[in-house]
Amino acid sequence: MSAITLRALTKVYPGGVRALDALDLDVADGEFFALLGPSGCGKTTLLRTVAGLETATGGTIRLGDADVTRLPPGRRDVGMVFQDYALFPHMTVLDNIAYPLRIKKEGRARRHGAAAEAAEYLSLAGLEQRRPGELSGGQQQRVALARALVAHPRIFLLDEPLSNLDARLRLEARTFLKRLQRELGVTTVFVTHDQAEALALADRIAVMEAGRIRQLGTPVEVFRRPANLFVASFIGSTPMNLLPGRVCGGSVAVAGAVLPVPAEERGSVEDGESVVCGVRPEYLDFSDVPADGAFGGRVSVVEHLGASSLVTLDVGDDRVSVVVGEDREPRPGDEGWAVPRPGRVLLYRDGELITGAAEAAEAGEATEAGEAAAGRPVEPVAGDGGAE
Amino acid sequence: MAPPTSPSEARPLAVGRRAGTGDDAAGLGRARAAAFVAPALVLVAVFLVFPAVWTLYLGATDYRLTGIAASDPKFVGADNYRDVLGDGGFHHSLWLTLQFVLGSAVVGQTVLGFAIAWVMRDRTGPLRRLVEGLVLLAWILPSSVIAFLWIALLDRDDGTLNALLGTPGTAWLLDHPMACIVVFNVWRGTAFSMMLYGAALGNVPPSHLETARLAGASTWQTLRDAVFPRVRGHVLTSLLLVSLWTFNDFTPFLITAGGPDRRSEVLSVYVYRTALGDGRLGFGAAVALVMILVNLVIALLYLRALRGRKEAAA
Repeated sequence: MSAITLRALTKVYPGGVRALDALDLDVADGEFFALLGPSGCGKTTLLRTVAGLETATGGTIRLGDADVTRLPPGRRDVGMVFQDYALFPHMTVLDNIAYPLRIKKEGRARRHGAAAEAAEYLSLAGLEQRRPGELSGGQQQRVALARALVAHPRIFLLDEPLSNLDARLRLEARTFLKRLQRELGVTTVFVTHDQAEALALADRIAVMEAGRIRQLGTPVEVFRRPANLFVASFIGSTPMNLLPGRVCGGSVAVAGAVLPVPAEERGSVEDGESVVCGVRPEYLDFSDVPADGAFGGRVSVVEHLGASSLVTLDVGDDRVSVVVGEDREPRPGDEGWAVPRPGRVLLYRDGELITGAAEAAEAGEATEAGEAAAGRPVEPVAGDGGAE
Repeated sequence: MAPPTSPSEARPLAVGRRAGTGDDAAGLGRARAAAFVAPALVLVAVFLVFPAVWTLYLGATDYRLTGIAASDPKFVGADNYRDVLGDGGFHHSLWLTLQFVLGSAVVGQTVLGFAIAWVMRDRTGPLRRLVEGLVLLAWILPSSVIAFLWIALLDRDDGTLNALLGTPGTAWLLDHPMACIVVFNVWRGTAFSMMLYGAALGNVPPSHLETARLAGASTWQTLRDAVFPRVRGHVLTSLLLVSLWTFNDFTPFLITAGGPDRRSEVLSVYVYRTALGDGRLGFGAAVALVMILVNLVIALLYLRALRGRKEAAA
């Protein structure tokens, strides 16, 4: 049974902005689920509609087996952490955590007991009598988490949970969140615009654009096989190389190179067809000697990424980026070749990934590798190009 | 002292340094700083300090509007002040003023203004503009016009209110003069509180209200936990201004003229009647000075409450 079931969910704001467009989504019980997309894509609206802070214009929301579409937020049994944490500055940490219980008219002793337990669990022991203003950003976030958890909600919603923390603390909080979610096993949906955050935290990701889900899958699926050019260009900390090419026989002519069409897709493309060829910089190997099926060109920029470098090759009129390991960086002006790894070149037609017959096996393997919540099936859902 | 960021800044700064005081942050020197402040100080002196001192002086004489004492006022010391404090009329007016301030300013304008601001907080469009427009209109129309409208509303024979309620012949202004001016003042002054609270409610982060909603809080619980702690400072500021304005408000005179039988004679009307009506300028000045003192006490109480709040927050 799904923890959250959305069917044809639509939200139109006054003025005609369609924030959610007939959206279907199932989130499994105990899943850590990310809503990812650029600002304005509707991800926050989706989260707020599930919470009940926005009223759906159409469609249904079910939490567990209860239809909550028309229920006010207070009766949906959800816990939510806001981007700014929304702690009440005049209350102590303990009172803040106990707040939902106070509204539920729990006795003072009981609610303080539960709050102290939650504080202890989130490593806030000793800070109970402080006020939010006297806490660090990370501590404030944990207070907000404790407040959302104290009433044992059915689902847990996080709005940009890491965006208010500085870069160093963010990594710490990320690990903390992931462990917390695993331990509690509570179904959690979070919103983020940071693809790295989504890839790192989530069991599954929904990549959204303009009120629709463009791809739904595990981080590995979304990263390795973006279902369309939007997802391809949005996911990845180094942008994917997307090069125009033309099918010719059993191969694709692209940026001066001739790449073989992957065997499983050979049946789906026709001769002379225009396609876009996508390959991640991480899936290209740099070589300083010519190689077959490689992009050859002159190194124009070398950007250091720490343990590796991002090398940009000028290939004719196109640019190809390659990630190169340390101590092997070329110098700007050098000749270089970028060799795609087998099976890592993707072909897109009209913005959508061209998928072949052998696709299912590939997706299955990817799911296994990236699957963290064990035993959960890959659900074929509309818009999911990777799991057909 | 911090090193200057550029040589061009160093030269003007040197003038300030010669003045030698550590708290001279702007680096102007005492004389130039005084020159900047002087115009404001002159204005304050001419329009605030001088009238207050003049009132104090007048209150210590038997100055009258007419007669011998008008041409040759005598110094009578504290006599006027003693008379004022022992005067039944003064006590009566003070009591009425208290009712007026509590009823119309503290309870009426503040509660109604807050209620309108709260209800309108996330409304947009024609309804909001209409409500705000009407409330503001009551505030910006000239007092004399307003007074005429209210007399027309409350008139015994052809009044609109009697026509609406079907109670012909009820003399509202004679039977309930205090209630009339309290309601009138609530109507007239709510706009200020509404605007101030409207701005204050904008300061309450939406996520705080939503946290309360998610917990299932009622309106009252939301106000108590998420809103009031945030707007307490605004409430105090609004209360201070509104109660001072109401305390000194003279508009009730335009409607009831203090009557009937002094039953709506608030302090400002009392001063007007004794000083200009009875011609006892000295006595009137003494009453006015007592009013100034009462105002000061009100202001001090509020400032104290504000400061206490800041310390609690720190």
